[in-house]
Amino acid sequence: MNPAPLVALVGNPNAGKSALFNALTGARQKVGNYPGVTVERHAGRMALPDGRPVEMLDLPGAYSLDPSSPDEAVTRDVLFGKQEGERLPDAIVTVVDASNLDNHLRFTLQLIALGLPIVVALNMVDLAERDGLKLDAAALERELGVPVVSTVAVRRRGLDELKNRLAEVVKGVHKIRPSAGVQHDIVVLQRRARQIATAVTVSETAARRWTHRLDAVALHPVAGPILLLGLLFVMFQSVFAWAEAPMGWIEDGMAWLADVVGGLLPAGFVHDFIVQGLIAGVGAVVVFLPQILILFAFILVLEATGYMVRAAFLMDRVMASVGLSGRAFIPLLSSFACAVPGIMATRTISDEKDRLTTILIAPMMTCSARLPVYTIIIGALIPDKAVLPGVGLQGLVLFGLYVLGIVGAFCVALVLRRTVTKGATSGFMMEMPKYQLPRLRDVALGLWQRAEIFLKRAGTTIAATVAILWVLASFPQAPAGAKQSEYSIAGRIASGIEVVVRPIGFNHDISLALLPAMAAREAAVAAIGTVYAVDNPEDAKGEATITENLRQRWTLPTALAFLMWFVFAPQCISTIAVTRRETNGWKWPAFMVGYLFALAYAAAGITYWSAMGLGL
Amino acid sequence: MLLIMNRSMNAPAAIPVPVRLAHLPRQRPGTVSAVDWDALAEPEARRLRELGLDEGVEVELLHRSGFLGAGPIACRIGRMTVALRRHVAAAIHVTSPAA
Repeated sequence: MNPAPLVALVGNPNAGKSALFNALTGARQKVGNYPGVTVERHAGRMALPDGRPVEMLDLPGAYSLDPSSPDEAVTRDVLFGKQEGERLPDAIVTVVDASNLDNHLRFTLQLIALGLPIVVALNMVDLAERDGLKLDAAALERELGVPVVSTVAVRRRGLDELKNRLAEVVKGVHKIRPSAGVQHDIVVLQRRARQIATAVTVSETAARRWTHRLDAVALHPVAGPILLLGLLFVMFQSVFAWAEAPMGWIEDGMAWLADVVGGLLPAGFVHDFIVQGLIAGVGAVVVFLPQILILFAFILVLEATGYMVRAAFLMDRVMASVGLSGRAFIPLLSSFACAVPGIMATRTISDEKDRLTTILIAPMMTCSARLPVYTIIIGALIPDKAVLPGVGLQGLVLFGLYVLGIVGAFCVALVLRRTVTKGATSGFMMEMPKYQLPRLRDVALGLWQRAEIFLKRAGTTIAATVAILWVLASFPQAPAGAKQSEYSIAGRIASGIEVVVRPIGFNHDISLALLPAMAAREAAVAAIGTVYAVDNPEDAKGEATITENLRQRWTLPTALAFLMWFVFAPQCISTIAVTRRETNGWKWPAFMVGYLFALAYAAAGITYWSAMGLGL
Repeated sequence: MLLIMNRSMNAPAAIPVPVRLAHLPRQRPGTVSAVDWDALAEPEARRLRELGLDEGVEVELLHRSGFLGAGPIACRIGRMTVALRRHVAAAIHVTSPAA
């Protein structure tokens, strides 16, 4: 059977390729309003109007066929058939931003010169019109000599015509090889592009009033940084304040589930394993879903509006002082959600040493998996009182932990850039997109995907970890007078770990939680719950009990040391795996794990002994 | 002699004087007259060309960030808004009609 023709979506960064890809194939690739959202190729399928299937390929944005960063290299390699495991494309859809024609056409001219069948999607024509720019698509088609279709990918406008024109040009599979004789002189191409853009512009009025007005505040030397800090602060306060009610509902739901299931099972090991082990353990993690969704909602909105690049702009000065570029702030801010996509997003950084440094410090950004651990410890041991009207002490401590991660990351970057990753910087040069209102559908979809991932993780990795831990913590049965959590297999392993972590104030509970936390940080919460459940089989029923037990068994210095440990410790196997992949080897992930553990140990120790010294 | 000096001092700037983009007054568009490509690192120069900077293009300084020392600037190149570091903006010479 012949494979379906392969059609590649190519164009400048932030032209709307992924939005078009989603609209054409029904895929749900991430879209956002900043250059560099897509950093790897994604494949999908669609049918042409004549019924032929084609395989669509969404590629990272690039400015030309001469890549300056790893993500752009993917695009070049796919177009020339050099990408491993990928065949040559049979046609190209080049996506251009209608309001940035003179720039985007330059790359289009290069792509046309490749000689592959091509269709130009003149995208975001609605935004161009809002900007007072009227373009003549027919004239553009005459000037370029290839089909041009006006589209608005996010509103699914122009898709049928695009498919029709694509059906006309797609002949079959591997009929044409890309030409090697492509013009690489940017200046020559740019001048030609500008000529064409002027020729097809019907009318043009002064534009971008909104973006200018907003930037006057967002980029203001004084108001800008205050706004950025304020936004981050509101984000972390909301995580606490808004999640309270929905978390209560999930808790009630879990308690109900435990009652129903518990009523069906006869008393004994199986009953305890399912009710107190699995349901309570997984429930203790699932309860944090609202907090994680609130955090993601903020990040998704920041990404969709175009504010991310403004944040990078404001942070460039600070980033430069530690040897990084403002550009690195975008992957770092994404790492607040999860370090894995954050580390992948560093592919947009052109300088290798710059990129490596960003990868090495990304795990210090407080990812959403730390949130349950922080919340439960803060909730149990930090008093719930207002420092200022509307500013709670608990939220402030949480904010402080986030800031600490950032400050720690910057200090490490400063040291690394003077030692192991010494070298040139990639500078800071970035296109600033126009502001856009976030599309509710995209945000909702992003949240839905996140909820799916989180619940799946709770149902698989975390459930498995909890199950194994429960069994290990239940056997062998402790004789009367001995504590089950110390006598069992898990307890004995924990006692071994305790020898190492006792000097930094960690008790037996924490030692037992450290290993499951390697599988997933959130599992630490479930593990602590397990300890209390096996020790008090009568009254273990989820988070309320964990909180009460924490208050009885932990001192404040121990709790603070534990929080510190979680700020720095590299307890996530996925992060280590993605670092290995992105740095092509074990050298850098090994280095990362080593320095982060050392840092975590030192920070926890210093905190514990200082807190003890202060008599807390 | 005196007459000539007087004239040259009081005459309106009929011939525009090139200013560096980094020092251009805000929101006073001008035209790029020259770029010190040699003052820039090669990847920087290439990316700058890819962002559409070229002699004859209209540019405008929009914002300066400078909360903690001299941060980057935001400028308009053609229809695009671009963030640049100051040393790059200093390599771009602009003739501003009203400068």
